[in-house]
Amino acid sequence: MSRFLEAALVVALVVLPVAPASAGKIGIGREATAEEIKAWDIDVRPDGAGAPPGKGTVKQGEELFQAQCATCHGEFGEGKDRWPVLAGGLGSLKHDRPDKTVGSFWPEASTVFDYIKRAMPFGNAQSLTDDQIYALTAYVLSLNDIVKDPGFELNNSNLASIRMPNKDGFYDDDREATEKHFWNRTPCMAACKAEAKILGRARVLDVTPDSKTGPKVD
Amino acid sequence: MKHIDNGNMEHPATSRRGFLTRTLAGGLAVAATGGETLAQSRKKPLGPNPDNQPPNIPDWSKVLGDGVADHPYGKPSKYEAHVVRRDVEWLTASRQSSVNFTPLHELDGIITPNGLCFERHHGGAAEVSPFDHRLMIHGLVDKPLIFSMDDIKRFPRYNRIFFLECAANSGMEWRGAQLNGCQFTHGMVHNVMYTGVRLKDVLDEAGLKPNAKWLQVEGADSAGMNRSLPLEKALDDCLLAFKMNGEALRTEQGYPLRLVVPGWEGNLWVKWIRRIEVGDKPWLAREETSKYTDLMADGRSRRYTFLMDAKSVVTGPSPQAPLKVKGRNVITGVAWSGRGTVTRVDVTTDGGRNWQQARIDGPVLGKSLTRFYVDFDWQGQELLIQSRAHDSTGYVQPTKEELRAIRGVNSIYHNNGIQTWLVRSSGETENVEIS
Repeated sequence: MSRFLEAALVVALVVLPVAPASAGKIGIGREATAEEIKAWDIDVRPDGAGAPPGKGTVKQGEELFQAQCATCHGEFGEGKDRWPVLAGGLGSLKHDRPDKTVGSFWPEASTVFDYIKRAMPFGNAQSLTDDQIYALTAYVLSLNDIVKDPGFELNNSNLASIRMPNKDGFYDDDREATEKHFWNRTPCMAACKAEAKILGRARVLDVTPDSKTGPKVD
Repeated sequence: MKHIDNGNMEHPATSRRGFLTRTLAGGLAVAATGGETLAQSRKKPLGPNPDNQPPNIPDWSKVLGDGVADHPYGKPSKYEAHVVRRDVEWLTASRQSSVNFTPLHELDGIITPNGLCFERHHGGAAEVSPFDHRLMIHGLVDKPLIFSMDDIKRFPRYNRIFFLECAANSGMEWRGAQLNGCQFTHGMVHNVMYTGVRLKDVLDEAGLKPNAKWLQVEGADSAGMNRSLPLEKALDDCLLAFKMNGEALRTEQGYPLRLVVPGWEGNLWVKWIRRIEVGDKPWLAREETSKYTDLMADGRSRRYTFLMDAKSVVTGPSPQAPLKVKGRNVITGVAWSGRGTVTRVDVTTDGGRNWQQARIDGPVLGKSLTRFYVDFDWQGQELLIQSRAHDSTGYVQPTKEELRAIRGVNSIYHNNGIQTWLVRSSGETENVEIS
């Protein structure tokens, strides 16, 4: 045995018994500073956790909305072209064509603030001040008649108290109960039905994009 | 015209040009018989050339090909230029908050090539520098931490193959057959081998507080994509991945770091992941309230429907991959389940009157695409082809009607109903619904 291997063996014998790391901490990464966390921690929860200090009124929000949001969402939140509709649709969720808007569908006002803060305006995200976001949130709520006074001020203390119309419209995934019959069935394999009739065809709609190259049937 | 997530897409009026094109293609299809293929009868620039066929000697057998320095990063053959992701322009308001589709009809086996994995962005594909990218973990932890990409790669690494399916895959089909092509009806799925580190190991490094229950995971893109993830799932099998199919993640798949949430809806697989906040309650972000909740017929909505149920689709023949010759043919497709492995796939060619078990070939892995085949003889008769997946929990893929009976037609997401293709006597194939 070479000197080197001998030495390696001795080291292994000595080192191995004390090798296990302490308490699962490997020692990777560094501690995040309070300043770093504050800068990145932009989320807001329904209970108001994370709502930054600030305030804004419906009236202030209207001015901002017309300047920065109406191009896509429309003057009254009606949605231009295919951009999202923000207002209306109350009571339409059972309809054949429901309108799922902030007012008719969103369960929490905090979500409006959280989403504007992180993602709006589209293409210029994280450019608004917290006061501006409170004002815009207040205006979107007013478009949906959830707040009615144009002087209403939304702030970090009252955000969590806003009651959204569809707050109770959600329930946890229940597929394993309501769709239990999809499990453990033995499907028929032969002579299962007399006939199979065509009920609908995609080509009637003719909305498949034109193929630019390659095999094309339609 | 509505946003993709609306599910109530209206369609442009049928154009006369579309009708004429269709009629013409139909005529050509009928003319193709025997050993001649549809492609042979139509493709001019890159079609068959008798000069290259026996007994002639083609040019490529005589002259030198490209040298090794000509293509430092290889691309598919020019004859495969049509194998691309495609989008449906009328679906969404912008190309940055939009989706394109994997060309399932052109693929085989179970792995999706990186450049063909469908894309779904909410603020465009962010171009993130790996030198500056950081992952922050904070909230209910013993010690908030920041990791560089080099740091992340020092945790123990794992290789796992998983499908990623957008919850809205097949979402356009709730009200009936709408799009002709499995690329469009089922192409918001891909299957990739990820290399990454366990989310559990990274969380343990920060140390979880006893009251930790949920994570908020957040992307560094301009949508700041955020979702709430139950801690139980995070500790079970989630990965922070930096490689896909052996190479670095593609920009559009979250380079340099993405979350992998096996078997669960794609929206949770946050790309460009920059922050994990540990909390005791869900956040109810936009993408888990106004989107990715399932509106039922009674006007109430299911939430936290994370899991993707068993599903399958025949990819050939399909509208973009018609049958070309009579005689022996191959029916092929893919099946998957977010609950476990695919244990069996049944296929019918007569609209569900009779079924046979397909032959599964290739790896059968949990929460992964599984490839199936039926080798059959076609004499030019009309076919109504369907496939039906079974998974290791005993779940059997339902029909679309069975789903509609429970959920109505406005739920947008989680449409895993059985797909039907009508193969006409010409070989042309179209998307239909049957009784």
